[in-house]
Amino acid sequence: MDSNHQWPTWEVFTQKKQGAAHEHAGSVHAPDGEIALLNARDVYGRRQEGVNIWVVPSNAIIASSPEDAGSFFDPANDKMYRSPNFFKTADGLKQI
Amino acid sequence: MDINVKTDDVSEKENAFNDSIQAGKVIEPKDWMPEKYRKQLLRMMSQHAHSEVVGMLPEGNWITRAPSLARKAILIAKVQDEAGHGLYIYSAAETLGMDRSEMIDQLLAGKAKYSSIFNYPTISWADIGAIGWLVDGAAIVNQTVLAKCSYGPYSRAMLRICREENFHNKQGYQILAYLMRGTQEQKAMAQDAMNRWWWPALMMFGPSDKESPNSADLLKWKVKLFTNDDLRQRFIDRTVEQAQAIGLKIPDDKLKWNEETRHYDFGEINWDEFFQVINGNGPCNKLRLKQRNDAHTNGQWVRDAAKAYAEKKKTN
Repeated sequence: MDSNHQWPTWEVFTQKKQGAAHEHAGSVHAPDGEIALLNARDVYGRRQEGVNIWVVPSNAIIASSPEDAGSFFDPANDKMYRSPNFFKTADGLKQI
Repeated sequence: MDINVKTDDVSEKENAFNDSIQAGKVIEPKDWMPEKYRKQLLRMMSQHAHSEVVGMLPEGNWITRAPSLARKAILIAKVQDEAGHGLYIYSAAETLGMDRSEMIDQLLAGKAKYSSIFNYPTISWADIGAIGWLVDGAAIVNQTVLAKCSYGPYSRAMLRICREENFHNKQGYQILAYLMRGTQEQKAMAQDAMNRWWWPALMMFGPSDKESPNSADLLKWKVKLFTNDDLRQRFIDRTVEQAQAIGLKIPDDKLKWNEETRHYDFGEINWDEFFQVINGNGPCNKLRLKQRNDAHTNGQWVRDAAKAYAEKKKTN
């Protein structure tokens, strides 16, 4: 088997500018984290798209299941009072 | 409508899927999807990725002979972008469950399709202009729409690509614009490139929808949002004026503005040529496959070295 067939995938997260959150950009194949970073820079950062990059082994990411989204997110579904829009304030009041 | 409706009934799941697509929902890798949707997307995305990768070859042909250092730097950056585009799309395609190496194996074995346009030769410097302007111009029309398709990873890859294609498009146009301000020979060279690339560029949108076997499903699932003919017309309409602005003649006697339809009418496309080229009988099909295989084989030592380095660090 060709050696490139065994390289694992790494998920790439780029930070657009200092202070911004890292955002998922895509994935790269690489034999280790160091080379994954270099590949991520060449693939997702050719035009100063970011100031910082994270790479994470794809299999280290644990995602919630879309099929269970209903029950999984249920605890937040009936608590409208958590939204500031829930509250009526005095008429004519400009700001609270 | 919940796309991931909990049921074992496939037709019920499929109805829910179709409804949520109609409602404008974007599908993500872990969502349930009909097997046919997954297969069609994989076919389309892997062909698209292969096209980006093979697309490096006709242009790479001119890197050593670019007429100035600036042109050379720009061309290298463009070819590197094409490699990047291939990687974005392979990465997006992998979310559908096929490993990149399997897709690459299919390409190297000559079993995969890629855009027919890259089976034409680049015989003059003006061809590099024509590729950037016409081929990437056609790709932009196609990809701007794909950026709104129903599959999230594909749509996000397209957004990224579209930003970079504008650079490709403009650098190509500028090469031709520059030649058209030059000597008679330079103008003739630009016009010759136009004559050879115009029709193959129109063919890039694929056969007429009447003869495109996958169109109906792809449109239903919003993988495609417009028909091949619609997109071809859009490309023609926006390109004619650009040609006129620099004095290039479009090699089509039937090309004429139609006041009624508000579109350009154009001549008959030679679909026989198109099918010849996608079935392996274009001018450069064999050469491209050989060049791609050579590049892969010649890069083996880089992959070996990277792997050896990673293993050595692990044991230290």
